[in-house]
Amino acid sequence: MIYPARRLGFAVLVLWAAYTVSFAVLFLLSDPVATLVARASDGASVTPADLAALKARYGFDQPLVVQYLERLGAAVRGDLGTSFVSGQPVGATIADALPPTLQIATAGLVLAVVFGAGVALVATYTRHRWLAQTLMGLPSLAVSLPVFWVGLMLVQLFSFQLGWLPAVGARGPEALILPAVTLALPTGALIAQVLVKSMSTALAEPYVTTARAKGVGPVAVHLRHALGNAAIPALTVLGYVAGNLLAGTVVVETVFTRPGLGRITVEAVADQDVPLVQGVVLFAAVVFVVVNLVVDLIYPLLDPRVTQAVPA
Amino acid sequence: MTDLLDPRATTAQPAPPPTSGTSPGTGRARLGRFLRRRPGLVVSVLVIVFVLVSAVFPAVFAPGDPNLAIPRQRSLPPGPGHWFGTDYLGRDMWTRVVHGTSLSLQATLTAVAVALVVGGLIGLLAGFVGGWVDEVLMRVVDVLLAIPPILLALALIAALGFGTTNVAIAVGIASVAQFARVMRAETLRVRGTVYVEAARAVGTRWWVSLGRHVLPNAAGPVLVLAVLEFGLAILAVSSLSFLGYGAPPPAPEWGSLVAEGRNYLATSWWMCAMPGLTIAATVLSVNRVSKALDGEWGRDR
Amino acid sequence: MSLLSVTDLQVDYRVAGGTVEALRGVDLEVAAGEVVAVVGESGSGKSTLAQAVIGLLAGNGAVRAGSVALDGEELLGRSEKALRAVRGARIGLVPQDPGVSLNPVQKVGRQVAEVLRVHALADRRSAPARAVELLERAGIPDAAVRAGQYPHELSGGLRQRALIAVAIAASPALLIADEPTSALDATVARQILDHLEDLRAATGSALLLVTHDLGVAADRADRIVVMSQGRIVEQGPTAEILERPTHPYTRELLAAAPGLADVDALPPVAASGTPIAEVRDLVKDFPLARARGSWRREHLRAVDGVSFTIARGETLALVGESGSGKSTTARLLLRLADPTSGQVFLDGEDVTTVRGAAWRDLRRRAQLVYQNPYASLDPRFAVREVITEPLRAFGVGTREEQATRAAELVDRVALPAAMLDRKPVELSGGQRQRVAIARALALSPDLVVCDEPVSALDVSVQAQVLDLLHELQERDGLAYLFISHDLAVVRRVAHRVGVMQGGKLLELRPTGELFDAPHHEYTRTLLGAIAGQRVPAAREH
Repeated sequence: MIYPARRLGFAVLVLWAAYTVSFAVLFLLSDPVATLVARASDGASVTPADLAALKARYGFDQPLVVQYLERLGAAVRGDLGTSFVSGQPVGATIADALPPTLQIATAGLVLAVVFGAGVALVATYTRHRWLAQTLMGLPSLAVSLPVFWVGLMLVQLFSFQLGWLPAVGARGPEALILPAVTLALPTGALIAQVLVKSMSTALAEPYVTTARAKGVGPVAVHLRHALGNAAIPALTVLGYVAGNLLAGTVVVETVFTRPGLGRITVEAVADQDVPLVQGVVLFAAVVFVVVNLVVDLIYPLLDPRVTQAVPA
Repeated sequence: MTDLLDPRATTAQPAPPPTSGTSPGTGRARLGRFLRRRPGLVVSVLVIVFVLVSAVFPAVFAPGDPNLAIPRQRSLPPGPGHWFGTDYLGRDMWTRVVHGTSLSLQATLTAVAVALVVGGLIGLLAGFVGGWVDEVLMRVVDVLLAIPPILLALALIAALGFGTTNVAIAVGIASVAQFARVMRAETLRVRGTVYVEAARAVGTRWWVSLGRHVLPNAAGPVLVLAVLEFGLAILAVSSLSFLGYGAPPPAPEWGSLVAEGRNYLATSWWMCAMPGLTIAATVLSVNRVSKALDGEWGRDR
Repeated sequence: MSLLSVTDLQVDYRVAGGTVEALRGVDLEVAAGEVVAVVGESGSGKSTLAQAVIGLLAGNGAVRAGSVALDGEELLGRSEKALRAVRGARIGLVPQDPGVSLNPVQKVGRQVAEVLRVHALADRRSAPARAVELLERAGIPDAAVRAGQYPHELSGGLRQRALIAVAIAASPALLIADEPTSALDATVARQILDHLEDLRAATGSALLLVTHDLGVAADRADRIVVMSQGRIVEQGPTAEILERPTHPYTRELLAAAPGLADVDALPPVAASGTPIAEVRDLVKDFPLARARGSWRREHLRAVDGVSFTIARGETLALVGESGSGKSTTARLLLRLADPTSGQVFLDGEDVTTVRGAAWRDLRRRAQLVYQNPYASLDPRFAVREVITEPLRAFGVGTREEQATRAAELVDRVALPAAMLDRKPVELSGGQRQRVAIARALALSPDLVVCDEPVSALDVSVQAQVLDLLHELQERDGLAYLFISHDLAVVRRVAHRVGVMQGGKLLELRPTGELFDAPHHEYTRTLLGAIAGQRVPAAREH
C-alpha cells in the first residue's frame, strides 16, 4: 500500500508548507510586536520593562528561527497559540466558531451540488437549444455577481419587501435559507461549469457513439456512459469547492450578521490578530488536504485506470 | 480592444481561396454581420469602454462633485436628474459610482498585473527549465492552491495593513498560483510540440526558440486567463472593500459604496443595488469578452 | 430486393458562416450477404455515408434529402425510439478507433452484454455468459478473463475484437465497418480483417466496409464504390473497377495506391567513397517509471545493436511496426537523442559525442522531415519565415539573399511563390509537407531523414510527395533515411530496406531482393500483411 502512504506524506508536506508560508507572511511581513504594543498601551508610552514582559509572554523575545520552530512544534501538538485580542487559545476559538459555519456550509454544499449538477445534466441532455443555452448561461451569470451584493438583494426582497424570512441572525432553520442560497450560488455555478464541460467532452467521445450504435437509449447513454466518465474530472474540483465554501462564509456571515468562523476571521484581520488569522488559514489548508485525501481514495472506484497507473 | 473588432479574428471560416488580401468593402460587410450576429459581445465591449473612460475621465459621464452633499436631496430614489438616486447625505449615486471607477479599476489592474507578472514568470521558468526547479516551484504553487484565495488575501491584508493598494497586492498574490499553473502547462505544451523540436533540429538556439516559438504560442491562454482574472479581481477587490479593508470614506469605491448603502437597505434599496449592479455588469462584460477571446485564440492551436 | 438501399442521399454540415455539403446525392445498394467497400480520400463523404445510414450523424449534420431503406423499410424520418430498435439489432457498427471506442470505466464483458440486454436477447442472468461466448467468437483468447477486464488492459487488436463482438452480438443483417483497422499495425489489421471476413461468411451478414485503402477494398470486397467530394464517381464489381476503371479519379487512385501499383524496385546504389552516414552498434535504453514497491529502475531497450551505412545519393528505408525502434534510430543518427552506446559517423567523422557549436553544425549536414506536417510548422509563422528559419539560425546571407533563397526553395518543392506569405493553416496537408521539405533543404544538407513523411497524407498526395523526394534526389544527389511502417510505400522509394522489430535490425538488403526472397520469418509476415495482394489483376501484367 505505497500509494496511500505517499499521498498521506504529501498531505503532511502541504500542511507544513502552508504553516511556513502563513508564518512568513504574518510574522515576517508585519510587525506583530507593534500591534501588541499598540493594543496593550492604548496609545500611552510603554516602558522597556513592560515591552520585554509583553514580548516574553507571546514568545517574541526569541530569535526568529527559534520562534518558528517552537511555534511549529506547538502547532503539531495542536497548540496554535493565543489570540492577541481575547487572550483565548486559537484552537478553542476556532472550534467554538465552527458549528454555525458548518451549518450554512453543509446546507450550501447540498444546494450547490443539487442545483449545479441538475443544471449541468439538464443542459447537456435537452434537445431544445433555447433551454440548453439558457441553462448554460446561468453559471456564467452567477459567477459574475458579487456575493455580498446578492446576499443584500435577497435580504431586501425576501425580508424587507416580502417579509418571509429573517434578515439577520442565526436562530431557527428559516434563518439558514438565505445565507445558504447566497453561499451556494458561486459554488453551484462552479460545479455546473465543470460538469457541463466534462459532460460535453464525454458525449463527444467515440464510445458514446458505440453505445448509441448498440441501440442504447438516451437516458442510459447520458447517465451510464457519459456521466460515469464525466464525474472523474468533476471530482477533482471538490477540494477547491470546499475551500470556496469556507471562504464564502467570510462574506456571507458578515452580510447576514451571523456568528461563525467567517465573522471571527473578519474581526481578526481588522484587529491584526496574527495568531488567529494564521489559525484560520491553517484550518482551511487542513480542510483542503482532507477533502483531497478522500477524493484520492474515491478515485480508483470511479476510474479503473488509476489503480494501474503509477502515481505522478 | 481593436483586435476584437478585427473581422478576420471573429469569423470562423475556413481559409479563403487563393486570392490575396481582403478589400475594405468585404471587411466592412463582415463587421456589420459581426455586430448583428453577436449583440451580447458588442454590448460587453461598449460597457468595458464606458468603464475605462470613466476611470480616466470621470467628468465625461458625471461632471458633478462626487462628495457634494445636498441635504434637501437626501435618499431620493432613481429618477430623472439622479439616475441612480441619492444617498443618505444627498450625494448623487451616479456621480459617486462613476468617480469610484477609478479607484476600483486601479486596484483591479494592479492585482492582475501582479498575478500575471509574478505567476507568468514562475510558470515560464518552471516549464522551460524543468527538473528540480520545476519540482520546487510547483510544490510551492500547490501549497498556495491549498489556501482559498480570499483567505490568503485576508492574511496578506492582516500583515500589510489596510488600503486600496494593499488590497490590490493581496488579491494579485492570491492569484499567482493559477497563473503559474496555466503558464507552466502552456510552456510545457508548446515546448513539447514538433515545431519547437523542428526549430532545434534546424539549428535554432534555445533562447531564440523561447522568444520566437514558445512565448508567442503560450501567451494566448495566459492572456485569456488575465482577462478572466480581471473579472475575478473586480469581485475580490470589491468584496474586500465591502468588508472595510479598502479605501477609507468618503472616497467612493464600488465595494465600499455597497457597504455604505447597507445601513439603509430596508428603506433605500438603490444605495446598495446600483453600485452592485455596476460591478455585476462590468464583470459579466469582461467574462463575455474573455470567452470570445478564448474561442478566437483557442482556434489557432 | 436489396438489403440496404440508399437513394439520392444529401447531407449538410452546419459550420460557422454557412453549410458544407458532405453528401451530394448518393445512390447505393447493398444486397444481403454482399461485401461492399466504399473507398475515398479524406473529405470524400465516405464516413458521413456510414453515419447517415445508421442515423448517427454528428450534431451539426443533417439529412437534406433522399432515402435510406433497410429491407424496404424507410429509416430516415423515423423517431429516435424506432431507430434504436434497428441500431445494434439489424445494423451493427464496427467503429474506427478501438482505442477510444470502448467506455474506459466499464468492464469489457458488460459492454458486450449491454447490447444483448438492450434488445432483450438475454436477461440479467444469461447475458454475462453470452457475452463471453461472443468475445470467443470474435477471436479473443481467454475470453472469460478478458470479459472481466477494463478496456485499458487490452491491446488495440483485442479491443477491436471486443467491438466486433458488440457488432455481431445480435446477428445483424448488415455490418458497417468504418475504417476498422486504420489505427492498427498492418499485421494485426490483417488478422482482424481475416477474422471479420470469416465471421461475416458464417453469419451471412452483408458488410459495408468504409476505407481509404484501395488495397483493403480490393482484397475484401465483392463490389467497390469510389467516392469523391460527396459523390459516387464510380461503382462496380471489384475486378472490373481494378481492371477497367472508367472514371479518371479512380484511375488516379489506382495509380497512387501503393499496394496495388506494380513498381520495379530501385536497384542498389553503387557505394563509392566514404558513406555519408554510418551507425555502429547503436543502443538506446529508456528508463521506465519505477514499479510500485520497487526501488530498481527498469529499462526499455528501444534500439538494440543497430548498424548500417548510407551511401551518397542512396535511400535507405527502415520499416517496422509501432515500437520497433525505427524512429528512435533516426533521432540517434541526427543526434537529437544521445545513444546509450554505439557510434554515429557523418561523412566519416565520429560525431557521437559532439556538443555545443559542433553539435549545431551537424544541422547543416543532416536534416529532418517530420511525419505530421500539421504539427511541425509553427502556426504563427508565415511560410517564408518557416523556410528561412535555418538560414537565420546560422546567419546565412543578408535579408535579401535569404528572401531569394526562400523563393528558390519554394520553387524547388513546386509551390507557387504566392505561398510564401501564407500561414500553415491556409495550406493543405501536402502543401505543408512541401514546406517542411523546403525547410529541410534550406541549408543544403547531404542527408535528409524522413520520419513517416507521407503517412498523414491521402494516397494521391502521398504519390506526389514521394515523386518530389525522388526528383530532388536525382538532381542534388541527396541521401535519405526513410522511416516508414508502410512496406508498399518503401518499395517505391528505397534502394535498400532494413526491417526492424523490438529494437533489432533483422535484415538489411536491397529492396528487390528483400521483397522477392525475404530471409526472415517476420519479414514474410509483414509482406503478407500488405493489402491489395489478393487481386490477381494487380499481381500480373
